[in-house]
Amino acid sequence: VSAHPAPHDTEYGTEVEHAHPGPREYIIIGIVLAAITVLELVAYTRTDIKPILVPVLIILSATKFFLVVSFYMHLRFDDVIYRFVFCFGLAVAGSIITALLFLFSQYPKPPPFG
Amino acid sequence: MAIVTEEGATAPPIDVQGIALEHPHTSLPIDSRKLLMWAFLASDCMFFGMLIATYLVYKNRSIEGPYPQEVFDVPYTSVSAFVLLFSSLTMVLALAAIQHGQERRMRIWLTTTAILGCVFLGGQFYEFTTFVTKDGLTLSKNLFGSTFFVLTGFHGTHVAIGVFWLLSLVVHSARGRLHQAQSLTVEIAGLYWHFVDIVWILIFTLVYLIPS
Repeated sequence: VSAHPAPHDTEYGTEVEHAHPGPREYIIIGIVLAAITVLELVAYTRTDIKPILVPVLIILSATKFFLVVSFYMHLRFDDVIYRFVFCFGLAVAGSIITALLFLFSQYPKPPPFG
Repeated sequence: MAIVTEEGATAPPIDVQGIALEHPHTSLPIDSRKLLMWAFLASDCMFFGMLIATYLVYKNRSIEGPYPQEVFDVPYTSVSAFVLLFSSLTMVLALAAIQHGQERRMRIWLTTTAILGCVFLGGQFYEFTTFVTKDGLTLSKNLFGSTFFVLTGFHGTHVAIGVFWLLSLVVHSARGRLHQAQSLTVEIAGLYWHFVDIVWILIFTLVYLIPS
């Protein structure tokens, strides 16, 4: 089945939105997401990439996040207002996480018990 | 494009299948319900952002065990991650079905999504039970227990709400109250479900996979 337009917003919108993906594209994205998850698990079990494990896992996770938001949640195809609203919340959340991690990294960790 | 009737009133537009589409009830060129859902998801981002930040900040700061590496069963949790990921696929297939006017197929996909959500919840219940009974990790045991149970517990609550939402859509559709013209209702529920999935994508990496 080919891609089809989003019927609601395109009918009324002053800005015409792009067509949503169809089932075939959804399945392809699903396979890619599953493959990335397998890659994450492979990276987790490999000991020789331990120095770069954290950035590798974060990049793979961010890729999955981007794919779901873009294709399954249609943010790539829908009106830019939705993108702005969601990215604003995401930016605030990211800033808070970064700031808290930085602030608490200034405090020494407790010694091991005993 | 809207259709003007003989009386001068504007009738809802008709799509290619001849079904009247919903009016967005807004002066914006977008649907207000969808915008509200995106605003809610943005606020939920901040909510989960705080919970994740709290977990990361207190990571490795527990002065007594059990510690994450002693209790986590990554292969087991990976299965849960795959289940939730697959449920996102079945959710978009449900949306595609209703957008093509295939109501029965939509009900099948929505029910499948709800079942996968229940499987995930069952897995989480088993994991929590194992942590408490076998490993002695409780909400008040140490910093790890407090931050872990609050973070994953709130995520599980979101999944449970999503399951009820999906099942209500199935019932609505079975009663003939959910047609192609109301596909936006399914799309909004789908946005919520996919958000639950992306939160788990982050939790799975930051909590389970990244070593202490």
